Amino acid sequence: MHERFANAYDPFVIPYMIGFVFVIAYLIVALCFVVKSLPMSDRKKMLKHLFSYKIFITVKDIFADCLLHVKIWKKNKLLGYMHSSIAFGWFMLIVVGHIEIFFYAPHRVNLPYYPIFFRYFMMETETTVGGSVFFFLMDFFLLMVLSGIALAMIKRIRRRLFGMKRTTRLKWNDQLGMYALWCIFPLRFLAESFTSHISGGGFLTRGFGMIFDWFNQFMNNDALIRPTWWAYSIALMVFFLTLPWSRFTHILSEALLIYMRNAGIRETSKNNGYASVEIYSCSRCGLCLDPCQMVSGASLRQMASVEFTRNIRWGQTTQALEAASYCLMCNRCVQACPVGVNSVQLKLNLKGADVSYRYPHRYDYVESEAAPSPLATTSAWADILQGEAVTAETAGVSAAGAGKPEVVYFAGCMSHLTPRIEQSMVRIFEAAGVRYTFLDEDGGICCGRPLMLAGDRTGGEQLVVKNTEAILATGAQILVCSCPICYKIFKDTYKLEGVRVLHHTEYLLQLLEAGRITVRKSAETGVFHDPCELGRHSGIYRQPRDILYRVLNLHTTPYEGKDALCCGHSIAAEGMPYKKRRMIAKDALRKMTENPVDVLVTACPSCKRAFAEIGTTRIKDIAEIVSEQLVCPHLAAQPKK
Amino acid sequence: MKNFGFGLKKSGVMDLDKTDWTLLREIAAEEPSFMNCFYCGTCTATCSAGKYTGFNLRRLQLLVKRGQWDEVAGRIPECMLCGKCQWVCPKGVNTRHIVMLINKKLHARKIC
Repeated sequence: MHERFANAYDPFVIPYMIGFVFVIAYLIVALCFVVKSLPMSDRKKMLKHLFSYKIFITVKDIFADCLLHVKIWKKNKLLGYMHSSIAFGWFMLIVVGHIEIFFYAPHRVNLPYYPIFFRYFMMETETTVGGSVFFFLMDFFLLMVLSGIALAMIKRIRRRLFGMKRTTRLKWNDQLGMYALWCIFPLRFLAESFTSHISGGGFLTRGFGMIFDWFNQFMNNDALIRPTWWAYSIALMVFFLTLPWSRFTHILSEALLIYMRNAGIRETSKNNGYASVEIYSCSRCGLCLDPCQMVSGASLRQMASVEFTRNIRWGQTTQALEAASYCLMCNRCVQACPVGVNSVQLKLNLKGADVSYRYPHRYDYVESEAAPSPLATTSAWADILQGEAVTAETAGVSAAGAGKPEVVYFAGCMSHLTPRIEQSMVRIFEAAGVRYTFLDEDGGICCGRPLMLAGDRTGGEQLVVKNTEAILATGAQILVCSCPICYKIFKDTYKLEGVRVLHHTEYLLQLLEAGRITVRKSAETGVFHDPCELGRHSGIYRQPRDILYRVLNLHTTPYEGKDALCCGHSIAAEGMPYKKRRMIAKDALRKMTENPVDVLVTACPSCKRAFAEIGTTRIKDIAEIVSEQLVCPHLAAQPKK
Repeated sequence: MKNFGFGLKKSGVMDLDKTDWTLLREIAAEEPSFMNCFYCGTCTATCSAGKYTGFNLRRLQLLVKRGQWDEVAGRIPECMLCGKCQWVCPKGVNTRHIVMLINKKLHARKIC
């Protein structure tokens, strides 16, 4: 191979170079802004990560997520192929293009446009084995990208083939970028084919070039070569120039996002650099639309996470705030996001940053003398203050550590609205001979999570302090709560030293495994509904199922584990009208009971109420089921409704 | 004035021409279910904060609608937003959102 032109230049490289320089400049400026908006500790983390062995993991993650799109492959093979063929194919074209330069024109390495327009500037002199390998590789990856582009075009018309019911509607900036991207590779293919009788080519470009040569017998020779190279260069320029304002910014920011995430940086505030990288990394692929129950159950498409990130990106804070106040924070979109944008945390940060929510709280009534402490009014609490723990008067209780309860039970506000859960738990405690104290038997204060989900951290923290004092004062080793909302905050935010926080599903399984309670299996069939706060937020999936296998015939649905549905009555969605909540609950219940069962079991008082008020399926908490099936002769029968 | 240990209650007569409806209108615009309330008091009966203080959401909603904000401003910071009232409301009023909005609007007016 040797060069065709001594000056190695043609005017058609100008548009490409404009785009290229622009993107590099944008990248540097954007990186500076991101680093600037990070706190010092995070900057140190970024630097430290560069020199730690974890950098290899980051490189692997970037390769797997940005180029191969492994997460999308897991969702749908065709969709995965579409994404990885374009990304990986393009990457390989760049890599092999540079290797070619090193082989055949090493003195041109300093020209950034040379690998892009290699086939125009170089010509084949003789057929060599090395050359044909490169021809084959380049054509192979070009074909790969072209097939991906063809699939992308088909996807705009028939998205169901790709496993998507809904996809995003593109605005003009995204459309411009997308059409430019669609044009780049067909134009490259045409340009290389038209030039292939000079430069040579592989099976694809030379093959098409030969057909073109045959047509050329009747036409003016080579008239199409330079215009196609021009068009290719212009398409690249348009794509690069629209890059910062289109969905394709994610090509640049996703790698940075993975790097920062692996360095241990998180979106701690609204204006944090990581948060903005996350927002720019949203590729508007629309994979979060189908899982979102606001979209599928209540026709609230404008509230989906993909629209939320768009609103934030373009400074439409009012709409973004509205979307945040509607969001159920069920985490289904976060689970589905192939990029790993934690939109739920972004929404919480936005709510927290909304100045108007920073109102004063007055929770001093909890201890003030005028209104006696709520905790002092509870019988259990009063007993503890006097040094007498409430103990179950049953046989088999060890005397060791008498005086202090083994377990402190916190039912939570929502459980007070479903008293059968509390009654069942008390019955189980007594059957197992557990020395327990019922902290909020006569009503207690809120755990603080509802305030935090409303974006009010300071208010929530005040309640955290109050509850921490009360729980630690009991001296119990285990805190059992019935409400997953409380469980989540007790586990993650409270600093309860020496106290194990358990949801009642975990605790009941412990009791069963230790043989402290025995249950019989009923003939009923049931399915388990994973509450969002217990499942996706806290990762508890196995325990409730292990219990239910012992007490009933457990059936499965497609909506289990990480794919579990939300009941629609999340405490986070303060802005969503009741009608819409009900629609979501109805939709979720219908999906879960498509194959009729006797009972739908859940582990959250809020979910229980949500499903109980619609439909005819019996809804029970896991504690109720266990309590009903207890084999415990010395206890009174389960109270009937 | 001599303290007899009792006094006269201030007149409860409202002059509707002088009532400030702005808060009511603003909240109703953002949360239409505000107007669904029929003052049954279920929210107050179940309220966690109401157990220890005089927090009474039914009354506060009424006072907002009457334009008498002073008592509202004193009481509203006591709400813990636990959401029990919302669950028991027979009319599907988004009570948590209303409390947040009242708080927000009064805060904007520098009353609360």
